[in-house]
Order: sequence, then structure tokens, then C-alpha cells
Amino acid sequence: MSDAMTATETGGSPSSLYLDRIRTMRHVRNGKERVIEAILFVAAFCAVAVTVAIVAILLYEASTFFAHVSLVEFLTGTEWTPLFERASYGMLPLLVGTVVTSFIAFVVAGPLGFLIAMYLSEFAPPKLAEVLKPFLELLAGVPTIVYGYFALLFVTPLLQKIIPGLPGFNMLSAGLVMGLMIVPYVASVAEDAMRAVPMALREGSYAMGATRFQTAMWVVLPASFSGVMAAFVLGISRAVGETMIVAIAAGQQPNFTFDPREPAATITAYIVQVAMGDLPHGSIGYQSIFAVGLVLVVITLVFNLIGQMLRRRIREVY
Amino acid sequence: MSEQNNATIVSEPLKAETRKFNFYYGDNHALKNVDLPVAERMVTALIGPSGCGKSTLLRSFNRMHDLYPGNRYEGEIRLYPDDVNLVSPAVDPIEIRMRISMVFQKPNPFPKTIFENVAYGLMVRGEKRRSVLEEKVEEALRGAALWEEVKDRLDDLAFNLSGGQQQRLCIARALAADPEIILFDEPTSALDPIATASIEELIAEIKEKVTILIVTHNMQQAARISDYTAFMYLGELVEFGRTDELFVRPRKKQTEDYITGRFG
Repeated sequence: MSDAMTATETGGSPSSLYLDRIRTMRHVRNGKERVIEAILFVAAFCAVAVTVAIVAILLYEASTFFAHVSLVEFLTGTEWTPLFERASYGMLPLLVGTVVTSFIAFVVAGPLGFLIAMYLSEFAPPKLAEVLKPFLELLAGVPTIVYGYFALLFVTPLLQKIIPGLPGFNMLSAGLVMGLMIVPYVASVAEDAMRAVPMALREGSYAMGATRFQTAMWVVLPASFSGVMAAFVLGISRAVGETMIVAIAAGQQPNFTFDPREPAATITAYIVQVAMGDLPHGSIGYQSIFAVGLVLVVITLVFNLIGQMLRRRIREVY
Repeated sequence: MSEQNNATIVSEPLKAETRKFNFYYGDNHALKNVDLPVAERMVTALIGPSGCGKSTLLRSFNRMHDLYPGNRYEGEIRLYPDDVNLVSPAVDPIEIRMRISMVFQKPNPFPKTIFENVAYGLMVRGEKRRSVLEEKVEEALRGAALWEEVKDRLDDLAFNLSGGQQQRLCIARALAADPEIILFDEPTSALDPIATASIEELIAEIKEKVTILIVTHNMQQAARISDYTAFMYLGELVEFGRTDELFVRPRKKQTEDYITGRFG
């Protein structure tokens, strides 16, 4: 006789009734579990499928582009003139435009985001932090087109007062405003990392007679270092992919220059320009947006992977 | 409550003493009129069931409660020989924490090298001379019986040490600051029996130089390592006495019930 049977026979306790029912329900229960699991799997699979589909389409469309333009010319050429009679497809001007604007954005958002995170996590009284955080989230919720016009119509005129002769479209203004845009992302990821540092570590430091500042710099910062780096990397990744601000405020003219005062197109700005109908569908020029799009996806993917890896390292330590 | 003055039970000079000490977490009256003498260079153990206030009392000695809003001290904790009331708002908590070190329940080494961990208290004070730091770090690590195990890897991260080694590192960190008192908050509760034995041995050595106040939930441990024991219950100090007397002839019924395992 099986153990399960003996369990039912150990007297007429009410639990034996439930046991009978639980046993007969077993198939139904397992069936239900499997259906739920399948639904959840499909949901999760969708996200992966979309990502794979995007990359696949980019690869496919880019391949027709690369049938006409050599990869070497594409990656090393310094002339990007798809609209000219003798079109030239060197993407460096676009890449440099992206790098310069993203770098300016990082110079703004890195230190500012870090300081905000440190203040909110280590210094701000809990009540004040509760008031400040929604404002930060509000900043993250502003549509990027608003930032774009803010850069073009407010920041640029302001900069023109400081830098005479600054063109109406320039990378500096776009980069600065883009930096403001990503401050909330950097601050919130960095703050999460700092908050994840166990209170016991801070207490250990305070118990040695350390001040708040010493504790923040010597204990909390090294303990959350990889998380703070992740915040930086994810912030840069956002800046690289940002479109509206640069399309509006940096100009859409490909320009191979590292001078932030100059106007220049970024990869994203170029894609917008073409997508809005300057080039006929199916032409090489049109196909070129998939090629530069592919470069963009690769860059952000690499940054995101690095960021996620760094983020995961926080959890490994504690 | 007994009318006997706890301080008269102590035959050694006092290092510290709480007088009519009360503590509040907001509205919660966590410690009630506690009179605890702390004998110099002796081990005083605080025992009692969970929530009796023993850790709260311990953490009052280095003003840890100042870190969180809404906490309030009332009464006095006098530190001798200078006879200051260390919970007075006029007294700088940072100065107190430099004089009274603490070792926590779970080993909490900083995310730094072994060397930097031990030198932390000196670095906090602004000491930068490498030779001074090196000398102090070695002395403290020897004092914590850890020198032989780590002397060849002082630049390794402290996380790589075992739990027992980490706790001895935390003791070395406390020792390096040349404290007058070391507070131990259940220092062996996260350790295995072998590591526990080595920490207990260490405490017996350290007390030659430093006054020790230890919270423990383990009565055998209190009996083994302490000279004086205070039994606390519901925020009150129920009984204080020499450890050899308190465990053999408790004067209070509550103490007897607790140490014989009838509750707690």
C-alpha cells in the first residue's frame, strides 16, 4: 500500500477530505499551470522576437546598401553627401556628430546625475528626497521635442550672448540640453546603486567616527562603483540614440568636425531627415539609413550590455 | 526594583556609567531608567530576550541613534575619567565614536583592501603618513590575531576573507583607533562555532587593554567571557551583578527564569 493511501486512512480527520480532492484535481491543476506558463512565455518571447526582427530587417536592408557601397568607404569616408549628383557615403561625419553631442551630454549629465544621486541617497532628509524625486521624474517625462525647441529657442540664444558668432544650429546647445534630458536616468540608476549599499556598511563607517561625506566617498561610493558606472554607460547610450533634440537644434547638415560650436548632423538626425522624404524609396541613399541605423543599434547595444554587466556586479558583491 | 546601587557591586574603577538613562524611538520608550556601571578593563555582558533593549543601550554608548531622526536620549551616560555626559547634545558624537569603537553583529568590512579597512579609523582622523599607518595596521592585526593570516595579502579586498576572518578584521579596525571602550553587538551570531571560539578568545585578550561592553543572546557565551552581567527585560535593567554570582544565585525571579530557559 502506498504512503499516500496510508495518509488518507489515518482516521477521519477533515484533512483527509481535502487530500482526496487535491488528488483528483491534480490534472486540472497541472493543466492550468501549463497554460499560464505558456502565456507568460509568449509575452516574454515577444520582446525578444521584436528585437531580433529589428536587427534582421536592418541587416537585410543594409545588405542592399552594401552591395553598392564598400564597407571600408562607409566606415572611413569623411564625406556624407547622399543627395549630391556624385553621392558619397562616408559615415564618419555622422558618427562624429553623434560622438560630440553625446560627449557634451555626458559632461553635463555624468557629474550632475552623480551629485544628485549622492545627495538623494546619502544627504537629503527623507522628507525632502520624497519631494525632490517626483520633480526629477517629471524631467524624465518631458517629450524630447520640447527639449529640442528649448535648445533651439532658449539655450542657443543664451549661448550666442556668451559665444559671439555662434550659428543658430550647433552641437553645443543640443548636447547641453540632451545632457539635461538624461540627468534623471543617470541620477536614478546611480541612486538605486547607492541605496543598495547595506546600512550596516554605513554604520560601520560612522562608528569609526567618519563624517557623512567621508562615509559617502570612502564607503558608499566604492561599494556602489559598478552601479554608478552602469548609470553613466546607460546615460551615454540614451544620448547616442536621442533623435529629436539633435535633429532640431544641431542642424541636419553632415559636417565632419569636432568643434561643438559648428552645426552637424548626427546619425539619428540623418535618419529623420531621410525618413521625412528627401530621398526616393528604394534608392541607395534611402537604403543608407538602414546601414547607419545598424551602426546606431550596435553602438547602443554594446553600451547597454556593458551597463547591464556592471549593474549585475553590484548584486554579486552583497 | 532593588534599592541596591548597581555601582557598588563593581570593585574596579568605573570606565562609564549610565544614570537614570532613558531612550525613546519617537514615542516608543525603549529604555527606562537604566543604571548600568561599566568596569574598567573588564567585560560587561548585556543579556535578555529579543527586544529587551540591550542593543539599544549598547548603541547609545557611541551615539549611533543620532544617525536616525526622531530618537531621543534622556538622563546620562558618564564617561570616566573625564566625567563627561556622552549623550549630551553639547558633546560631539564623532569624538565619542573615535573614543568608543564598535563591532557589529554581521561582519561589515568596507569594500576596500584589508590594509585600508584597518587604517580606516586613522584615515578618518586625517592620518596620511604611510609609516604610521603601516605600524598601526600591523599592531592592530596582531592584536586581532589576524596578522599571520593576512600579512602577505594586505592589498587584497577584505571581501575575500572568510566570515570569521572578516569579523577579526572588524575587531582589528576597531583596535587600530586606540579606543577606550569597544562595543560588541552580538559579534558571533553570524559565525560558526570555531570562529566563535576564536572571537571569544580574542575578547579575553583585548580586555587587558580595553574596556568591553558586549550584547549577546547566548547565555553560555556571557557566562564564559564576561566579568559582569546585566539582565534586561522590556527596556529595564532587571539585575546587574558579577557574572559568577548572577548565573549561580540570581536575586530576581525574572533573571532566574530567563537563565534557566523558562522564557526568552
